[in-house]
Amino acid sequence: QYFSGHEILGWFNDIQLSLFRLTVKRPFSTSHSSVDSKEMKKFQLLAHKWWDEEGEYAALHSMNDIRVPFIRDTLLSMSSNYHLGNPLSGIKILDVGCGGGLLSEPLGRLGASVTGIDPVEDNIRTADRHKSFDPVLAKRIQYKSSSLEEIVEESMETFDVIVASEVVEHVADLETFIKCCSQVLKPEGSLFITTINKTQLSYVLGIVVAEKIMGIVPERTHEWEKFVPPEELKRLLESNGFTVKTVNGMLYNPLSGSWSWMESTSLNYAVHAVKSGAWGQSHATDTPPETDIQQHSARAGTVP
Amino acid sequence: SSAAMAALRGRALLAPLGARLRAGPRAPLRAAASAPPLYDVVVSGGGMVGSAMAAVLGHDIHFHDKKIALLEAGPRKEYDHMPDSYSNRVSSISPGSATLLSSCGAWDHVCSLRLKPFRRMQVWDACSEAMIVFEKDDLDDMGYIVENDVIMSALTKQLDAVADRVEVFYRSRAVGYTWPLPSHSCDTSPWVQVELADGCRLQTKLLIGADGHNSMVRKEAEIKNIEHQYDQSAVVATLHLSEATDNNVAWQRFLPTGPIALLPLSDTASSLVWSTSHDHASELLAMDEESFVDSINSAFWSNINHSDFIDTAGAMFRSAISLLKASGTAVRQLPPSVAEVDPESRAMFPLGMGHATEYVQHRVALIGDAAHRVHPLAGQGVNLGFGDIACLAHHLSAAAFNGSDLGSLKHLLKFETERQRHNVSLIAVTDVLKRLYSTTLTPLVLLRTWGLQATNALPPVKVRI
Repeated sequence: QYFSGHEILGWFNDIQLSLFRLTVKRPFSTSHSSVDSKEMKKFQLLAHKWWDEEGEYAALHSMNDIRVPFIRDTLLSMSSNYHLGNPLSGIKILDVGCGGGLLSEPLGRLGASVTGIDPVEDNIRTADRHKSFDPVLAKRIQYKSSSLEEIVEESMETFDVIVASEVVEHVADLETFIKCCSQVLKPEGSLFITTINKTQLSYVLGIVVAEKIMGIVPERTHEWEKFVPPEELKRLLESNGFTVKTVNGMLYNPLSGSWSWMESTSLNYAVHAVKSGAWGQSHATDTPPETDIQQHSARAGTVP
Repeated sequence: SSAAMAALRGRALLAPLGARLRAGPRAPLRAAASAPPLYDVVVSGGGMVGSAMAAVLGHDIHFHDKKIALLEAGPRKEYDHMPDSYSNRVSSISPGSATLLSSCGAWDHVCSLRLKPFRRMQVWDACSEAMIVFEKDDLDDMGYIVENDVIMSALTKQLDAVADRVEVFYRSRAVGYTWPLPSHSCDTSPWVQVELADGCRLQTKLLIGADGHNSMVRKEAEIKNIEHQYDQSAVVATLHLSEATDNNVAWQRFLPTGPIALLPLSDTASSLVWSTSHDHASELLAMDEESFVDSINSAFWSNINHSDFIDTAGAMFRSAISLLKASGTAVRQLPPSVAEVDPESRAMFPLGMGHATEYVQHRVALIGDAAHRVHPLAGQGVNLGFGDIACLAHHLSAAAFNGSDLGSLKHLLKFETERQRHNVSLIAVTDVLKRLYSTTLTPLVLLRTWGLQATNALPPVKVRI
């Protein structure tokens, strides 16, 4: 059941999402000149296909059925003051690699103020046009053709939430990406990531079957080397000021065209991490261990 | 005039002048500079089912910030108290439907206006002694007989209560619908365009067709409808009983010409629903009141259609059953006899069956008679519609809470699958029953006699019905 042409198609299209990242080598680069124009063209060809629910992006559309409730419920559980009719009202979200806006729109409908960024201009054009017909969404969502690095300076600690869905497996320098996320996120803000694990299974499905056997994905589109195991993602997050709260495996069923949660993270998975607060409550790596012991003994001394 | 139109549209007295301020008369938007107003849901058809759909959505927490419009061709219907005489259009409301009406706060209004609960339903055959009695073990109400006007009034009140979300357009008829092109062509409006008779236009993300068995929404959406006109009309009337009684039984007798039903309205009054041939129906309407009453009593009491053979066969079957199951046959109660008919209350309407092959399309859903039309013999008609509402509202609520596009086929198809599964079998059974009971041919009468008696003796089957 894991061997799905549909799933691979989904990944293929995720690749199209932000192929540029394969070639972004330096952080804070401000031009698209490093982007491979051949890769850009492949993606531009599909720029108008985003909103066909049964087309190339079908798997991403149906992924909303699990990733939107995941984001929504996590945020609701962390907040005490919300209205079920407008659950994400007042929350500022950055959707990195937003593509045609497939995830930005549901988040906007739930009340959030969403900024969607994507380096491919055609994607932003599609996203802008699609939201323009709905006055409520048009107001709540702003799209910008940009990379994450390019907006860091003007958006320090601006967002309550960042979602990076089907993006980090294409980023050249994951640590820099995470650092940038941390910079634009408010303290105690949430980061949601969905991505693909680096396992034998994902190699067989994503590369061998999809590219070489079924020819669904053009050869050398995917770089299995770029797939990210959850352990590594966790390590990078935690050494950059984040606490990982949740890791959940995801499974795509090609027969029903739907996603579900599963125990195993061997294929796709989702992560929720929280940026440390201003007082460094989580993972205080800069506090020397002796201080802790001293505090303990001090407290012990005062117990009557 | 457009000023009068504006006054009639909406409830200017009650609706708070919120974001959707409509100051003064509205000019038709034929040559509009701006796009027509966009609604999340437009319900076309403000009968019991359409109004309930709008009310239920309006009271849904996840629709708190949504905009809903209800289009109704007729005038606003609201009563603070009912007139002394009963209306001749009544419905049998199941407990499930009562729950739905409760969920949007309408059931309380129904109870405070008037309704008649019934505990028991006795159904029997004119050609034999076969009988089946439906009764809930715990002596709860099986259902309620409610005038349609009462339900409408209750729903109108509850629509008023959510006027900030639901806008009702009275005396408004849709004359045209324009469907959006497939979703991936981005250049034209992705919404359904609705044109009203007065030239005004609306846009909506989801159009719900609740416009009856001749649904224009269904026709314009080119959804194929399987339909069949029965060679029958239903005669309705309000009747007064010969003597006051604990009128809590619904009676139905299958005559060869069609079933005749007596539905309790009060201790002294009942509503008649007599399905019969078109000619006979016209005769019943034309005859004087005394003859009319005699026909009714005769229909319920006469044994003219019995044949000795069938009576004997039936009796033998009954004793066979009682050998196997002591509690087989229930006590036969006698239906009340009728003394008079309310003048002006006699009316007739033709009967048919229909079923839409699809209940949904991109941005369109059909509910109620627009989706399915059944013979009144099962007393199910409006309950099927309320069941559609409960199901569709459930899926739309979840979709809204997921931030989904309300017109997306994904969740609409789930509604269609659930309801078609439920409705098709009921419609088919009703149709078969109608045909089975429209005959005096002995073998078929025997079959249904035994069938009815066996059904009466078998608790699980009865509960399912």
